[in-house]
Order: sequence, then C-alpha cells, then structure tokens
Amino acid sequence: MSDISRARSALLKRILEGPGNASHSDRRASFNLSGIAGPIDALVEKIARAAHSVTDEDIDSARESGFSDDQIFEIVVCAAVGQADRQYNAALAALVAATEKD
Amino acid sequence: MRLRILDNGHGLGAKMLFAFIRTISRQPVLDIVKLVKYRADFYGKPMSAVTHKAMRGPSSWSVGDRELMAAFVAKTNQSEFCTTTHATVARQAYGDGKDISALLFDPNLCGIAEPLRATLLMLGKLTREHTVNADDMRTVVAAGASRQQLEDALAVCFSFNVITRLADAFGFSIPSQKAFDSGASFLLKRGYR
Repeated sequence: MSDISRARSALLKRILEGPGNASHSDRRASFNLSGIAGPIDALVEKIARAAHSVTDEDIDSARESGFSDDQIFEIVVCAAVGQADRQYNAALAALVAATEKD
Repeated sequence: MRLRILDNGHGLGAKMLFAFIRTISRQPVLDIVKLVKYRADFYGKPMSAVTHKAMRGPSSWSVGDRELMAAFVAKTNQSEFCTTTHATVARQAYGDGKDISALLFDPNLCGIAEPLRATLLMLGKLTREHTVNADDMRTVVAAGASRQQLEDALAVCFSFNVITRLADAFGFSIPSQKAFDSGASFLLKRGYR
C-alpha cells in the first residue's frame, strides 16, 4: 500500500509552519481559502477552483499589490496543496463511510 | 513561466543539473523540473516524497494504472502539460498499445478492467466537483476495487490535484513531444525522487 500520510503531513508542516517569505497567516489563509487582503485573493480562488483559467494579469496584479515573486510562489503552492487536501480528506471520509461495518 | 524566479532564480547546483540534462537529453529542461528544483526545501523535496510514494510505492495498481489516473486527473483539470506528460508515461509503462488518449476522453471504452474504470470515474468526479460521497465510493467497491486500492488511488489524486494546479498557475510551457518522451522515460526509470 502506498501510504502517503507521513509524507503528506511533512509537506503541510513545511509549507504552513516552516520559514518563508510570505507570512504564516497569508500562507494559512491561502491554504484554507479563507481570504487574503488584496488582489492576490482572486488568484488564490482561481487556483483552487479553476487553475487553468489563471492569466498573466492575475500574477501581475498580485505583484503590483506588493507581493514579491517568492511570496507569490509560496502562496500559490499553499493554495494548490490546500484545495487538493480538502478534496483528499472529503474522499477519505466518504470511503470510511462506505466501507465501515453496520 | 509567469514567475521569472522559476526560470532563472536557481542556485548553482540546480543550474549545473539543468546544463547536464540539456546535454544528455538534447532537449530543453521541462518546467516541472525547474519548479521542483526552485527552493526545493519549501516545495520540491517534500512534494516529491509524497508523489514518489503515491506513484511508485507498493500498490496493487500497476505503474501504468497510476500514471493513467494521474493523466486522467490532469485531463479533468484541463492541464495540457500534465495530461501529455502522464499519458506518455502510461503509454510507455503499459507497453501494450492501449489507446491512452481515447481512454482519457472516455474511460467507459473497453480495454481496462472494471475496478480501474470505476476508480477513474470516481477520481474524475472528485477532481471536477471537489468532493464525492459514500454512494460514489460504494459504486467503486461494487465494481471490485478494494478499500486499499481506493486509498492508493486517492493518494495519486492528491498529488496531481496539486501538481496540475501549479503547472497551470505558473504557466508551464508546452514543449515538443520529443521532450515529453524524454521526460517520460526518465520518470519511468527513476520515479519522482
């Protein structure tokens, strides 16, 4: 079995709690899709809901609002991992519900 | 790529690796390699550990099956870079002439076993709608997939719901099929570490 739980926890801990250029609160807000002040929030929403629709202008707007490229890099990573993690947890819960004994 | 740091902000070690790759493969360095090598301690290393485990760890799904799942998640997310990459790896891994492009278009076509077909459809719904329910899972179990196989498939889905988003958000460029073939051969031989 390919148990990813330990590696997945290490990834989440690193991006959310480890050192970085973006603040921990912005990284956490991006991961949780709970709202970051300013235009970068629209970018985070797009990454979670329809990443294929992200445009050059979305990145430019985030940059113009004061985020550095390294901060944008981290916030984008957190948005992508956060959405994948919500989907993963929802599916695991459905699997448990479907296979638990009556 | 949309962030210049991902094209040319790497340290000396990564730049030497890129030069080596260009020399050996005679192809440009794929944007996914540039991403995982940029400040690798933040994203590349911890993510590669997850992906390698999901794609090459012990599982009753074959490597070809898991690459097909990765390509299907990518196709559902409309990520051209990742769809082409993992369709190419799946084709090489199966090596039996399966029509991967047709299967990605419609997994109901014959050519794959029932548990894999049902699993692909569930992963497609999860990726498209961001959730699935217990009935969706019961359908896949009834089709013959074990609980462990489903956990393994969800691990693949997790990885590629991250990677496809990054490929599209950062604007990975689409190289020639030759470059995809070269990258796919590497992934088949070496995995994701």
